[in-house]
Amino acid sequence: MNAPVSSFTSGALVETSAARISKAPAIGRLSLRARGDLAPFDAALGVGLPLSIGQRASVDGTEILRLGPDEWTLTTPVPRTAQIEAAFAEIYEAHPHSLVDISGREVTFEIEGAQAAELLTLGCPRDIETILPGQGRRTVFDGVTVVLWRDAEDRFRMDVWQSFAPHVLALLDTGCRELAAQSH
Amino acid sequence: MLLIHCPYCNETLPELEFTYAGQAHVVRPEQPSGQSDEQWEEFLFIRANVRGPHYERWRHFHGCGRFFNAVRDTVSDKFLTTYEADAPRPDLSSLTERQK
Ligand SMILES: [Zn+2]
Repeated sequence: MNAPVSSFTSGALVETSAARISKAPAIGRLSLRARGDLAPFDAALGVGLPLSIGQRASVDGTEILRLGPDEWTLTTPVPRTAQIEAAFAEIYEAHPHSLVDISGREVTFEIEGAQAAELLTLGCPRDIETILPGQGRRTVFDGVTVVLWRDAEDRFRMDVWQSFAPHVLALLDTGCRELAAQSH
Repeated sequence: MLLIHCPYCNETLPELEFTYAGQAHVVRPEQPSGQSDEQWEEFLFIRANVRGPHYERWRHFHGCGRFFNAVRDTVSDKFLTTYEADAPRPDLSSLTERQK
């Protein structure tokens, strides 16, 4: 488990009757910090930035999750990142902000299956059920800060910093096999 | 495990998402160069070490990332309240009243 996750190919990494973990294809990721009047940012994106922490918005394949009072993370198809950066550069003078390309920083694990939520409880101290489908949160998984997106009752995505990914994947792997063994 | 209310997320979450960040409402002198060694030492190092309700800073590290303030009883380890970093220091009698 010492190989960098980036060296794994996208696709299924672990699969049991409990859940399936796969590595999502590479995607553009942007970190936005902004405060004050958000209308110019909404206009640049073509969709309103979500107003409360944990809420999401999406437009043309770009997904936006509010992480904090003045912080959002955006995921988007790789070619779109340059367009979004250009649109934000236009409003920078009048509305100073920070928009950083963090595409290379993280890897995303897709976690789905009947026991996906239960699998996450192995590393997340918070109640997974308080993250509703269609929402997301930054939280902690076995000591590692992760961004968790809940796409459906039984389907999640977890953004993990590259250097922590082997550690996180190792626990998910063990958990998947353990949960499957328990149900037999 | 302690449950802590983050005033920014407006959620009550496990302690493991948070980090402690020392005594709250410690004000940095406007003119540090005008301070005597004793005054500067006081600002840097001397803390209240309260037995009972303590005004302290916390950070929602694995979450919204924000620092906020809390009043926690250092004897019972119970949080009396948490509030945003720029909010005024809440009056202790109103907090202990609410606890009863
Ligand atoms: Zn928070």
